[in-house]
Amino acid sequence: MLNEEDRRLLKLIAEDCRLTPEELSIQTGLSTDYITKRIIDWENDKVIVGYQPMINWDRTGDEKVSALIEVKVLPQRGYGFDKIAKRLQKYPEVKALFLMSGGYDLSLLIEGKTMQDVALFVAEKLASLEHVQSTATHFVLRRYKQDGIELLGEEETIQRLVVSP
Amino acid sequence: MNNYLTPNVASLPPSGIRKFFDLVATMKDVISLGVGEPDFVTPWTVRESGIFSLEEGQTMYTSNAGLLELREELSHHLNKTFNLSYDPHHEILITAGASEAVDLVMRAVLGPGDVALVPDPSYVSYAPCAILAGASVTYVPTYAREDFRLRVEDLARVYTPNAKLLVLSYPNNPTGAIMNREDLLPIADFANEHDLLVLADDIYSDLTYDQKHVSFASLPGMRDRTLFVNGFSKSYAMTGWRIGYVAGHSGLIQGMTKIHQYTMLCAPIMGQFAAIEALRSASEAKNDMVTAYDRRRRLMVHGFRQMGLDCFEPLGAFYVFPDISKTGLSSEEFAEQLLREEKVAVVPGTAFGPSGEGHIRCSYAYSMEQLQEALKRIAHFVERRLTNL
Repeated sequence: MLNEEDRRLLKLIAEDCRLTPEELSIQTGLSTDYITKRIIDWENDKVIVGYQPMINWDRTGDEKVSALIEVKVLPQRGYGFDKIAKRLQKYPEVKALFLMSGGYDLSLLIEGKTMQDVALFVAEKLASLEHVQSTATHFVLRRYKQDGIELLGEEETIQRLVVSP
Repeated sequence: MNNYLTPNVASLPPSGIRKFFDLVATMKDVISLGVGEPDFVTPWTVRESGIFSLEEGQTMYTSNAGLLELREELSHHLNKTFNLSYDPHHEILITAGASEAVDLVMRAVLGPGDVALVPDPSYVSYAPCAILAGASVTYVPTYAREDFRLRVEDLARVYTPNAKLLVLSYPNNPTGAIMNREDLLPIADFANEHDLLVLADDIYSDLTYDQKHVSFASLPGMRDRTLFVNGFSKSYAMTGWRIGYVAGHSGLIQGMTKIHQYTMLCAPIMGQFAAIEALRSASEAKNDMVTAYDRRRRLMVHGFRQMGLDCFEPLGAFYVFPDISKTGLSSEEFAEQLLREEKVAVVPGTAFGPSGEGHIRCSYAYSMEQLQEALKRIAHFVERRLTNL
Protein backbone atom coordinates (compact mmCIF):
# COMPACT_ATOMS: atom_id res chain seq x y z
CA MET A 1 0.00 0.00 0.00
CA LEU A 2 1.17 3.51 -0.79
CA ASN A 3 1.36 6.05 1.98
CA GLU A 4 -0.29 9.44 1.47
CA GLU A 5 2.95 11.24 0.51
CA ASP A 6 3.95 8.61 -2.04
CA ARG A 7 0.48 8.57 -3.52
CA ARG A 8 0.62 12.33 -3.99
CA LEU A 9 4.07 12.07 -5.54
CA LEU A 10 3.01 9.34 -7.94
CA LYS A 11 -0.10 11.30 -8.96
CA LEU A 12 2.06 14.33 -9.69
CA ILE A 13 4.36 12.26 -11.88
CA ALA A 14 1.37 10.72 -13.64
CA GLU A 15 0.08 14.20 -14.36
CA ASP A 16 3.37 15.57 -15.69
CA CYS A 17 6.35 13.25 -15.93
CA ARG A 18 8.58 16.07 -17.15
CA LEU A 19 8.86 17.50 -13.63
CA THR A 20 12.41 17.07 -12.36
CA PRO A 21 13.07 15.70 -8.86
CA GLU A 22 14.06 19.27 -7.89
CA GLU A 23 10.73 20.67 -9.08
CA LEU A 24 8.84 17.83 -7.42
CA SER A 25 10.71 18.57 -4.22
CA ILE A 26 9.67 22.24 -4.24
CA GLN A 27 6.06 21.34 -4.89
CA THR A 28 5.75 18.55 -2.34
CA GLY A 29 8.17 19.46 0.43
CA LEU A 30 9.81 16.01 0.11
CA SER A 31 13.58 15.90 -0.31
CA THR A 32 15.14 15.55 -3.76
CA ASP A 33 17.09 12.48 -2.59
CA TYR A 34 13.95 10.77 -1.37
CA ILE A 35 12.10 11.50 -4.60
CA THR A 36 14.96 10.28 -6.78
CA LYS A 37 15.22 7.06 -4.82
CA ARG A 38 11.47 6.52 -4.87
CA ILE A 39 11.30 6.96 -8.64
CA ILE A 40 14.10 4.43 -9.15
CA ASP A 41 12.29 1.97 -6.84
CA TRP A 42 9.07 2.42 -8.76
CA GLU A 43 10.82 1.92 -12.06
CA ASN A 44 12.48 -1.26 -10.79
CA ASP A 45 9.22 -2.57 -9.34
CA LYS A 46 7.42 -1.79 -12.62
CA VAL A 47 5.09 0.57 -10.83
CA ILE A 48 6.26 3.20 -13.30
CA VAL A 49 6.34 1.30 -16.60
CA GLY A 50 7.04 4.15 -19.00
CA TYR A 51 6.94 7.86 -19.71
CA GLN A 52 4.80 8.99 -22.64
CA PRO A 53 3.32 12.27 -23.80
CA MET A 54 -0.41 12.20 -24.53
CA ILE A 55 -0.82 12.96 -28.20
CA ASN A 56 -4.03 13.79 -29.93
CA TRP A 57 -3.16 12.25 -33.32
CA ASP A 58 -6.42 13.52 -34.78
CA ARG A 59 -4.91 17.02 -34.79
CA THR A 60 -1.75 16.01 -36.63
CA GLY A 61 -3.38 15.30 -39.97
CA ASP A 62 -1.88 11.80 -39.97
CA GLU A 63 -4.40 9.14 -40.83
CA LYS A 64 -5.01 6.70 -38.07
CA VAL A 65 -7.79 4.24 -37.45
CA SER A 66 -8.73 2.66 -34.16
CA ALA A 67 -11.11 -0.15 -33.41
CA LEU A 68 -12.38 -1.94 -30.35
CA ILE A 69 -12.63 -5.66 -30.97
CA GLU A 70 -14.67 -8.03 -28.87
CA VAL A 71 -13.28 -11.54 -28.96
CA LYS A 72 -14.88 -14.74 -27.74
CA VAL A 73 -12.25 -17.30 -26.80
CA LEU A 74 -12.30 -20.90 -25.68
CA PRO A 75 -10.27 -20.95 -22.47
CA GLN A 76 -7.49 -23.50 -22.39
CA ARG A 77 -7.17 -26.03 -19.65
CA GLY A 78 -4.45 -25.06 -17.20
CA TYR A 79 -3.97 -21.58 -18.72
CA GLY A 80 -7.41 -19.98 -18.82
CA PHE A 81 -7.15 -16.94 -21.06
CA ASP A 82 -3.55 -16.04 -20.23
CA LYS A 83 -1.91 -18.10 -22.94
CA ILE A 84 -3.81 -16.53 -25.79
CA ALA A 85 -3.55 -13.08 -24.18
CA LYS A 86 0.22 -13.44 -23.99
CA ARG A 87 0.28 -14.19 -27.66
CA LEU A 88 -2.05 -11.35 -28.65
CA GLN A 89 -0.20 -8.68 -26.66
CA LYS A 90 2.89 -9.26 -28.81
CA TYR A 91 1.26 -7.68 -31.88
CA PRO A 92 2.29 -4.03 -32.18
CA GLU A 93 -1.19 -3.21 -33.54
CA VAL A 94 -2.69 -4.17 -30.18
CA LYS A 95 -2.55 -1.03 -28.05
CA ALA A 96 -4.61 -2.35 -25.16
CA LEU A 97 -5.89 -5.75 -24.15
CA PHE A 98 -8.34 -6.61 -21.40
CA LEU A 99 -10.11 -9.69 -20.10
CA MET A 100 -13.76 -8.74 -19.69
CA SER A 101 -16.77 -9.96 -17.78
CA GLY A 102 -20.04 -10.23 -19.68
CA GLY A 103 -20.93 -11.24 -23.22
CA TYR A 104 -17.42 -11.74 -24.56
CA ASP A 105 -13.97 -12.50 -23.19
CA LEU A 106 -11.16 -10.32 -24.54
CA SER A 107 -11.33 -6.70 -25.57
CA LEU A 108 -8.64 -5.36 -27.88
CA LEU A 109 -7.89 -1.82 -28.87
CA ILE A 110 -6.32 -1.95 -32.31
CA GLU A 111 -4.62 0.87 -34.16
CA GLY A 112 -3.74 0.91 -37.87
CA LYS A 113 -3.19 3.39 -40.66
CA THR A 114 -6.32 2.44 -42.58
CA MET A 115 -9.49 0.44 -42.10
CA GLN A 116 -7.92 -2.19 -44.36
CA ASP A 117 -5.04 -2.57 -41.95
CA VAL A 118 -7.42 -3.27 -39.11
CA ALA A 119 -9.63 -5.55 -41.21
CA LEU A 120 -6.58 -7.48 -42.34
CA PHE A 121 -5.34 -7.89 -38.81
CA VAL A 122 -8.69 -9.24 -37.67
CA ALA A 123 -9.11 -11.60 -40.59
CA GLU A 124 -5.58 -12.91 -40.86
CA LYS A 125 -4.12 -12.72 -37.39
CA LEU A 126 -6.95 -12.72 -34.92
CA ALA A 127 -9.91 -14.69 -36.27
CA SER A 128 -7.72 -17.48 -37.55
CA LEU A 129 -6.13 -18.13 -34.16
CA GLU A 130 -6.90 -21.45 -32.60
CA HIS A 131 -9.39 -21.08 -29.68
CA VAL A 132 -10.81 -17.79 -31.05
CA GLN A 133 -14.50 -18.47 -31.57
CA SER A 134 -15.74 -15.13 -32.88
CA THR A 135 -14.85 -11.46 -33.22
CA ALA A 136 -16.85 -8.24 -33.51
CA THR A 137 -15.08 -5.10 -34.70
CA HIS A 138 -16.22 -1.59 -33.72
CA PHE A 139 -14.44 1.30 -35.40
CA VAL A 140 -13.85 4.48 -33.45
CA LEU A 141 -15.46 7.42 -35.22
CA ARG A 142 -14.27 10.23 -32.99
CA ARG A 143 -12.32 10.65 -29.76
CA TYR A 144 -13.85 13.03 -27.23
CA LYS A 145 -11.90 12.17 -24.12
CA GLN A 146 -8.79 10.09 -23.59
CA ASP A 147 -6.84 9.28 -20.43
CA GLY A 148 -8.88 11.84 -18.53
CA ILE A 149 -8.15 14.64 -21.01
CA GLU A 150 -11.05 16.32 -22.80
CA LEU A 151 -9.98 16.46 -26.44
CA LEU A 152 -12.95 18.41 -27.75
CA GLY A 153 -11.91 21.37 -25.60
CA GLU A 154 -14.83 23.67 -24.98
CA GLU A 155 -12.07 26.31 -24.72
CA GLU A 156 -13.43 27.66 -21.47
CA THR A 157 -12.97 31.38 -21.94
CA ILE A 158 -14.23 32.19 -18.48
CA GLN A 159 -13.11 35.60 -17.36
CA ARG A 160 -12.39 36.23 -13.72
CA LEU A 161 -12.04 39.77 -12.46
CA VAL A 162 -8.38 40.79 -12.68
CA VAL A 163 -8.27 41.93 -9.08
CA SER A 164 -10.79 41.01 -6.40
CA PRO A 165 -10.82 40.94 -2.60
CA MET B 1 -25.92 64.62 -5.71
CA ASN B 2 -23.28 63.64 -3.17
CA ASN B 3 -24.92 65.63 -0.41
CA TYR B 4 -27.84 63.19 -0.42
CA LEU B 5 -25.56 60.46 0.87
CA THR B 6 -25.49 59.85 4.60
CA PRO B 7 -22.27 60.96 6.28
CA ASN B 8 -21.59 57.30 7.04
CA VAL B 9 -21.65 56.31 3.38
CA ALA B 10 -20.03 59.49 2.08
CA SER B 11 -17.03 59.08 4.37
CA LEU B 12 -16.59 55.38 3.67
CA PRO B 13 -13.31 54.98 1.75
CA PRO B 14 -13.62 52.93 -1.47
CA SER B 15 -11.89 49.56 -1.30
CA GLY B 16 -8.12 49.82 -1.86
CA ILE B 17 -8.52 46.88 -4.17
CA ARG B 18 -10.90 48.76 -6.40
CA LYS B 19 -8.34 51.50 -6.98
CA PHE B 20 -5.86 48.93 -8.12
CA PHE B 21 -8.40 47.13 -10.25
CA ASP B 22 -9.05 50.32 -12.22
CA LEU B 23 -5.33 50.72 -12.91
CA VAL B 24 -4.90 47.13 -14.07
CA ALA B 25 -7.93 47.42 -16.33
CA THR B 26 -6.10 50.02 -18.46
CA MET B 27 -3.15 47.71 -19.20
CA LYS B 28 -2.57 44.80 -21.57
CA ASP B 29 -0.86 41.40 -21.12
CA VAL B 30 -0.91 41.64 -17.38
CA ILE B 31 -0.38 38.50 -15.32
CA SER B 32 -2.57 39.03 -12.33
CA LEU B 33 -1.99 37.45 -8.95
CA GLY B 34 -4.69 39.70 -7.61
CA VAL B 35 -7.71 37.47 -7.64
CA GLY B 36 -9.42 36.33 -4.47
CA GLU B 37 -11.33 33.45 -6.00
CA PRO B 38 -10.51 29.91 -7.15
CA ASP B 39 -9.31 29.40 -10.72
CA PHE B 40 -11.22 26.12 -10.84
CA VAL B 41 -14.68 25.86 -12.31
CA THR B 42 -17.35 24.47 -9.97
CA PRO B 43 -17.13 20.63 -10.04
CA TRP B 44 -19.33 19.22 -12.79
CA THR B 45 -21.59 17.20 -10.53
CA VAL B 46 -22.45 20.42 -8.67
CA ARG B 47 -23.07 22.40 -11.86
CA GLU B 48 -25.20 19.57 -13.19
CA SER B 49 -27.45 19.58 -10.15
CA GLY B 50 -27.98 23.33 -10.56
CA ILE B 51 -28.96 22.72 -14.17
CA PHE B 52 -31.25 19.87 -13.15
CA SER B 53 -33.01 22.08 -10.61
CA LEU B 54 -33.82 24.49 -13.45
CA GLU B 55 -35.11 21.66 -15.62
CA GLU B 56 -37.35 20.62 -12.76
CA GLY B 57 -38.77 24.14 -12.65
CA GLN B 58 -37.30 24.97 -9.24
CA THR B 59 -37.37 28.70 -9.79
CA MET B 60 -39.33 30.01 -6.81
CA TYR B 61 -38.40 31.66 -3.53
CA THR B 62 -37.30 29.32 -0.79
CA SER B 63 -38.16 29.88 2.87
CA ASN B 64 -36.23 32.81 4.36
CA ALA B 65 -33.86 30.51 6.18
CA GLY B 66 -33.15 28.52 3.01
CA LEU B 67 -34.10 25.02 1.87
CA LEU B 68 -34.56 22.78 4.90
CA GLU B 69 -32.84 19.99 2.98
CA LEU B 70 -29.72 22.15 2.67
CA ARG B 71 -29.80 23.18 6.31
CA GLU B 72 -30.15 19.56 7.38
CA GLU B 73 -27.27 18.52 5.16
CA LEU B 74 -25.18 21.39 6.56
CA SER B 75 -26.02 20.51 10.13
CA HIS B 76 -24.78 17.00 9.48
CA HIS B 77 -21.67 18.26 7.64
CA LEU B 78 -20.71 20.73 10.39
CA ASN B 79 -21.07 18.03 12.97
CA LYS B 80 -18.92 15.60 11.04
CA THR B 81 -16.25 18.11 10.01
CA PHE B 82 -15.89 20.57 12.89
CA ASN B 83 -17.64 18.78 15.72
CA LEU B 84 -20.28 21.52 15.83
CA SER B 85 -23.92 20.91 16.56
CA TYR B 86 -26.58 23.22 15.16
CA ASP B 87 -30.31 22.61 14.89
CA PRO B 88 -31.20 22.95 11.19
CA HIS B 89 -34.60 24.44 12.07
CA HIS B 90 -33.55 27.36 14.25
CA GLU B 91 -29.82 27.76 14.22
CA ILE B 92 -28.74 27.91 10.56
CA LEU B 93 -29.51 30.68 8.08
CA ILE B 94 -28.60 30.37 4.38
CA THR B 95 -27.38 33.68 2.96
CA ALA B 96 -26.39 35.16 -0.40
CA GLY B 97 -22.72 34.38 0.09
CA ALA B 98 -20.77 34.60 3.33
CA SER B 99 -20.54 38.35 2.63
CA GLU B 100 -24.23 38.76 3.39
CA ALA B 101 -23.77 36.71 6.55
CA VAL B 102 -21.00 39.06 7.72
CA ASP B 103 -23.23 42.06 7.06
CA LEU B 104 -26.18 40.45 8.88
CA VAL B 105 -24.09 39.69 11.95
CA MET B 106 -22.82 43.26 12.11
CA ARG B 107 -26.24 44.80 11.61
CA ALA B 108 -27.95 42.47 14.07
CA VAL B 109 -25.57 43.01 16.97
CA LEU B 110 -23.79 46.34 16.44
CA GLY B 111 -25.07 49.89 16.73
CA PRO B 112 -23.90 53.38 17.64
CA GLY B 113 -21.52 53.34 20.58
CA ASP B 114 -20.41 49.76 19.95
CA VAL B 115 -16.94 48.77 18.85
CA ALA B 116 -15.99 45.90 16.57
CA LEU B 117 -12.51 44.46 17.03
CA VAL B 118 -11.08 43.52 13.64
CA PRO B 119 -7.77 41.73 13.01
CA ASP B 120 -5.36 43.74 10.91
CA PRO B 121 -4.67 42.86 8.16
CA SER B 122 -7.86 41.05 7.18
CA TYR B 123 -10.56 40.88 4.53
CA VAL B 124 -11.75 44.26 3.32
CA SER B 125 -15.44 44.04 4.31
CA TYR B 126 -15.43 43.77 8.09
CA ALA B 127 -14.66 47.38 8.95
CA PRO B 128 -17.05 48.94 6.38
CA CYS B 129 -19.91 46.63 7.45
CA ALA B 130 -19.38 47.55 11.10
CA ILE B 131 -19.30 51.24 10.22
CA LEU B 132 -22.45 50.95 8.11
CA ALA B 133 -24.11 49.34 11.14
CA GLY B 134 -23.29 52.54 13.04
CA ALA B 135 -20.48 51.07 15.13
CA SER B 136 -16.82 51.99 15.13
CA VAL B 137 -13.84 49.77 14.49
CA THR B 138 -10.68 49.05 16.42
CA TYR B 139 -7.96 47.15 14.60
CA VAL B 140 -6.05 44.43 16.39
CA PRO B 141 -2.62 44.34 14.75
CA THR B 142 -1.07 41.01 13.85
CA TYR B 143 2.58 40.50 12.98
CA ALA B 144 4.70 38.43 10.63
CA ARG B 145 6.97 37.44 13.56
CA GLU B 146 3.88 35.84 15.17
CA ASP B 147 2.90 34.15 11.90
CA PHE B 148 0.08 36.68 11.69
CA ARG B 149 -1.88 34.95 14.43
CA LEU B 150 -4.08 37.06 16.64
CA ARG B 151 -2.41 37.23 20.06
CA VAL B 152 -4.39 37.87 23.21
CA GLU B 153 -1.79 40.44 24.40
CA ASP B 154 -2.38 42.54 21.31
CA LEU B 155 -6.12 42.14 21.74
CA ALA B 156 -5.92 43.26 25.39
CA ARG B 157 -3.83 46.27 24.42
CA VAL B 158 -6.49 47.76 22.13
CA TYR B 159 -9.59 46.52 23.97
CA THR B 160 -12.06 49.09 25.28
CA PRO B 161 -15.15 48.28 27.38
CA ASN B 162 -17.55 49.27 24.60
CA ALA B 163 -16.13 46.51 22.39
CA LYS B 164 -18.94 44.08 21.64
CA LEU B 165 -17.85 41.94 18.72
CA LEU B 166 -14.55 40.32 17.84
CA VAL B 167 -13.94 39.21 14.27
CA LEU B 168 -11.83 36.11 13.76
CA SER B 169 -10.96 35.28 10.16
CA TYR B 170 -8.68 32.27 9.98
CA PRO B 171 -7.41 30.91 7.65
CA ASN B 172 -6.80 34.55 6.88
CA ASN B 173 -7.14 36.59 3.75
CA PRO B 174 -4.64 38.18 2.92
CA THR B 175 -1.94 36.53 5.05
CA GLY B 176 -2.80 32.83 4.77
CA ALA B 177 -2.30 32.54 8.54
CA ILE B 178 -4.17 29.91 10.51
CA MET B 179 -4.86 29.58 14.23
CA ASN B 180 -4.77 26.20 15.93
CA ARG B 181 -6.50 25.20 19.13
CA GLU B 182 -3.69 26.43 21.39
CA ASP B 183 -3.73 29.80 19.64
CA LEU B 184 -7.49 30.12 20.01
CA LEU B 185 -7.91 29.08 23.66
CA PRO B 186 -6.57 32.34 25.20
CA ILE B 187 -8.83 34.28 22.84
CA ALA B 188 -11.78 32.21 24.07
CA ASP B 189 -10.90 33.03 27.69
CA PHE B 190 -10.65 36.70 26.78
CA ALA B 191 -14.04 36.63 25.02
CA ASN B 192 -15.59 35.00 28.06
CA GLU B 193 -14.05 37.41 30.49
CA HIS B 194 -15.17 40.47 28.51
CA ASP B 195 -18.48 39.06 27.29
CA LEU B 196 -17.56 39.48 23.61
CA LEU B 197 -19.51 38.03 20.74
CA VAL B 198 -17.27 36.45 18.09
CA LEU B 199 -17.85 36.51 14.37
CA ALA B 200 -15.84 33.52 13.14
CA ASP B 201 -15.47 33.88 9.40
CA ASP B 202 -14.38 30.36 8.52
CA ILE B 203 -14.81 30.74 4.76
CA TYR B 204 -11.35 29.25 4.05
CA SER B 205 -11.78 26.42 6.56
CA ASP B 206 -11.39 23.69 3.93
CA LEU B 207 -8.21 25.18 2.50
CA THR B 208 -5.57 24.26 5.07
CA TYR B 209 -2.36 22.46 4.22
CA ASP B 210 -0.68 21.18 7.31
CA GLN B 211 -3.39 20.59 9.84
CA LYS B 212 -7.16 20.46 9.98
CA HIS B 213 -9.02 23.66 10.68
CA VAL B 214 -10.22 24.18 14.25
CA SER B 215 -13.43 26.12 14.48
CA PHE B 216 -13.57 28.70 17.27
CA ALA B 217 -17.21 27.72 17.89
CA SER B 218 -16.09 24.20 18.80
CA LEU B 219 -14.02 25.39 21.80
CA PRO B 220 -15.53 24.76 25.25
CA GLY B 221 -18.28 27.28 26.03
CA MET B 222 -17.83 29.20 22.77
CA ARG B 223 -20.74 27.83 20.74
CA ASP B 224 -23.36 30.35 21.87
CA ARG B 225 -20.88 33.22 21.87
CA THR B 226 -19.90 32.58 18.28
CA LEU B 227 -21.55 33.35 14.99
CA PHE B 228 -20.09 30.79 12.66
CA VAL B 229 -19.95 32.15 9.10
CA ASN B 230 -19.00 29.99 6.16
CA GLY B 231 -19.96 29.33 2.55
CA PHE B 232 -19.38 27.37 -0.61
CA SER B 233 -17.35 29.89 -2.64
CA LYS B 234 -13.82 28.89 -1.69
CA SER B 235 -14.21 25.21 -0.79
CA TYR B 236 -16.15 24.22 -3.88
CA ALA B 237 -15.13 26.99 -6.31
CA MET B 238 -18.66 28.44 -6.26
CA THR B 239 -18.08 32.18 -5.92
CA GLY B 240 -20.66 33.23 -8.50
CA TRP B 241 -23.45 31.11 -7.03
CA ARG B 242 -23.59 33.29 -3.92
CA ILE B 243 -24.34 30.71 -1.23
CA GLY B 244 -23.12 31.19 2.31
CA TYR B 245 -24.53 30.66 5.76
CA VAL B 246 -24.36 31.64 9.38
CA ALA B 247 -24.95 29.33 12.32
CA GLY B 248 -25.30 30.24 15.97
CA HIS B 249 -27.61 30.61 18.94
CA SER B 250 -31.26 30.63 17.82
CA GLY B 251 -31.92 34.03 19.40
CA LEU B 252 -29.19 35.65 17.31
CA ILE B 253 -30.10 33.74 14.16
CA GLN B 254 -33.71 34.85 14.60
CA GLY B 255 -32.60 38.48 14.69
CA MET B 256 -30.52 38.06 11.55
CA THR B 257 -33.35 36.25 9.80
CA LYS B 258 -35.53 39.32 10.32
CA ILE B 259 -33.05 41.55 8.48
CA HIS B 260 -32.51 38.89 5.82
CA GLN B 261 -36.26 38.46 5.18
CA TYR B 262 -36.79 42.17 4.63
CA THR B 263 -33.69 42.78 2.54
CA MET B 264 -32.70 39.60 0.70
CA LEU B 265 -35.75 37.39 1.23
CA CYS B 266 -33.79 34.25 0.40
CA ALA B 267 -30.57 33.08 -1.21
CA PRO B 268 -30.83 32.01 -4.87
CA ILE B 269 -32.63 28.67 -5.09
CA MET B 270 -30.51 27.22 -7.92
CA GLY B 271 -27.39 27.77 -5.84
CA GLN B 272 -29.01 26.14 -2.83
CA PHE B 273 -29.70 22.97 -4.81
CA ALA B 274 -26.16 23.01 -6.13
CA ALA B 275 -24.85 23.45 -2.57
CA ILE B 276 -26.71 20.32 -1.43
CA GLU B 277 -24.96 18.35 -4.15
CA ALA B 278 -21.60 19.89 -3.22
CA LEU B 279 -21.96 18.63 0.35
CA ARG B 280 -23.13 15.20 -0.75
CA SER B 281 -20.71 14.35 -3.51
CA ALA B 282 -17.99 16.89 -4.20
CA SER B 283 -15.60 16.15 -1.37
CA GLU B 284 -13.15 14.37 -3.65
CA ALA B 285 -13.18 17.22 -6.15
CA LYS B 286 -12.59 19.55 -3.22
CA ASN B 287 -9.63 17.52 -1.99
CA ASP B 288 -8.10 17.54 -5.46
CA MET B 289 -8.31 21.33 -5.51
CA VAL B 290 -6.66 21.52 -2.08
CA THR B 291 -3.84 19.28 -3.31
CA ALA B 292 -3.32 21.53 -6.33
CA TYR B 293 -3.29 24.67 -4.15
CA ASP B 294 -0.73 23.06 -1.87
CA ARG B 295 1.72 22.48 -4.74
CA ARG B 296 1.38 26.05 -5.86
CA ARG B 297 1.72 27.35 -2.31
CA ARG B 298 5.05 25.60 -1.93
CA LEU B 299 6.22 26.91 -5.29
CA MET B 300 5.35 30.48 -4.34
CA VAL B 301 6.99 30.43 -0.91
CA HIS B 302 10.12 28.89 -2.43
CA GLY B 303 10.06 31.46 -5.24
CA PHE B 304 9.91 34.47 -2.94
CA ARG B 305 12.56 33.11 -0.59
CA GLN B 306 14.84 32.51 -3.57
CA MET B 307 14.52 36.21 -4.37
CA GLY B 308 15.93 36.96 -0.92
CA LEU B 309 12.64 38.15 0.53
CA ASP B 310 11.20 37.02 3.85
CA CYS B 311 8.09 35.00 3.23
CA PHE B 312 6.21 33.48 6.12
CA GLU B 313 4.77 30.08 5.27
CA PRO B 314 1.01 30.40 4.92
CA LEU B 315 -0.84 27.28 6.06
CA GLY B 316 -4.29 28.22 4.82
CA ALA B 317 -6.34 30.01 2.13
CA PHE B 318 -4.65 30.61 -1.25
CA TYR B 319 -2.44 33.62 -0.66
CA VAL B 320 1.19 34.27 0.10
CA PHE B 321 2.07 37.50 1.86
CA PRO B 322 5.79 38.13 1.37
CA ASP B 323 7.65 40.93 3.12
CA ILE B 324 8.89 43.36 0.48
CA SER B 325 10.29 46.01 2.84
CA LYS B 326 13.89 45.04 1.92
CA THR B 327 13.32 46.69 -1.45
CA GLY B 328 12.92 50.05 0.25
CA LEU B 329 9.46 50.45 -1.29
CA SER B 330 6.12 50.79 0.40
CA SER B 331 3.45 48.20 -0.43
CA GLU B 332 1.66 50.55 -2.77
CA GLU B 333 4.86 51.66 -4.52
CA PHE B 334 5.95 48.08 -4.96
CA ALA B 335 2.62 46.99 -6.42
CA GLU B 336 2.36 49.95 -8.72
CA GLN B 337 5.95 49.84 -10.01
CA LEU B 338 5.80 46.07 -10.44
CA LEU B 339 2.67 46.44 -12.50
CA ARG B 340 4.14 49.15 -14.72
CA GLU B 341 7.57 47.56 -15.19
CA GLU B 342 6.82 43.83 -15.28
CA LYS B 343 3.08 43.74 -15.84
CA VAL B 344 2.33 41.61 -12.82
CA ALA B 345 -0.61 42.61 -10.65
CA VAL B 346 -0.41 41.96 -6.92
CA VAL B 347 -2.40 43.67 -4.19
CA PRO B 348 -0.64 45.99 -1.72
CA GLY B 349 -0.90 44.67 1.84
CA THR B 350 -2.27 48.00 3.00
CA ALA B 351 -5.52 47.31 1.12
CA PHE B 352 -6.26 44.95 4.04
CA GLY B 353 -5.39 47.32 6.87
CA PRO B 354 -2.46 49.38 8.11
CA SER B 355 -0.51 46.35 9.40
CA GLY B 356 -0.30 45.09 5.82
CA GLU B 357 2.38 47.72 5.12
CA GLY B 358 5.61 46.17 3.92
CA HIS B 359 3.79 43.22 2.36
CA ILE B 360 2.02 42.31 -0.86
CA ARG B 361 -0.75 39.76 -1.31
CA CYS B 362 -0.21 37.26 -4.11
CA SER B 363 -2.98 34.82 -4.85
CA TYR B 364 -1.89 31.40 -6.08
CA ALA B 365 -5.29 30.49 -7.49
CA TYR B 366 -3.61 30.33 -10.91
CA SER B 367 -2.08 27.66 -13.11
CA MET B 368 1.49 26.50 -12.45
CA GLU B 369 2.61 28.07 -15.73
CA GLN B 370 1.16 31.47 -14.84
CA LEU B 371 2.69 31.35 -11.37
CA GLN B 372 6.10 30.40 -12.73
CA GLU B 373 6.02 33.24 -15.24
CA ALA B 374 4.85 35.70 -12.59
CA LEU B 375 7.61 34.63 -10.19
CA LYS B 376 10.18 35.11 -12.93
CA ARG B 377 8.98 38.64 -13.59
CA ILE B 378 8.78 39.53 -9.91
CA ALA B 379 12.32 38.17 -9.41
CA HIS B 380 13.63 40.52 -12.14
CA PHE B 381 11.91 43.44 -10.49
CA VAL B 382 13.16 42.60 -7.01
CA GLU B 383 16.69 42.02 -8.24
CA ARG B 384 16.77 45.47 -9.83
CA ARG B 385 15.52 47.07 -6.66
CA LEU B 386 17.90 45.20 -4.37
CA THR B 387 20.98 45.97 -6.48
CA ASN B 388 20.05 49.65 -6.63
CA LEU B 389 20.03 49.96 -2.88
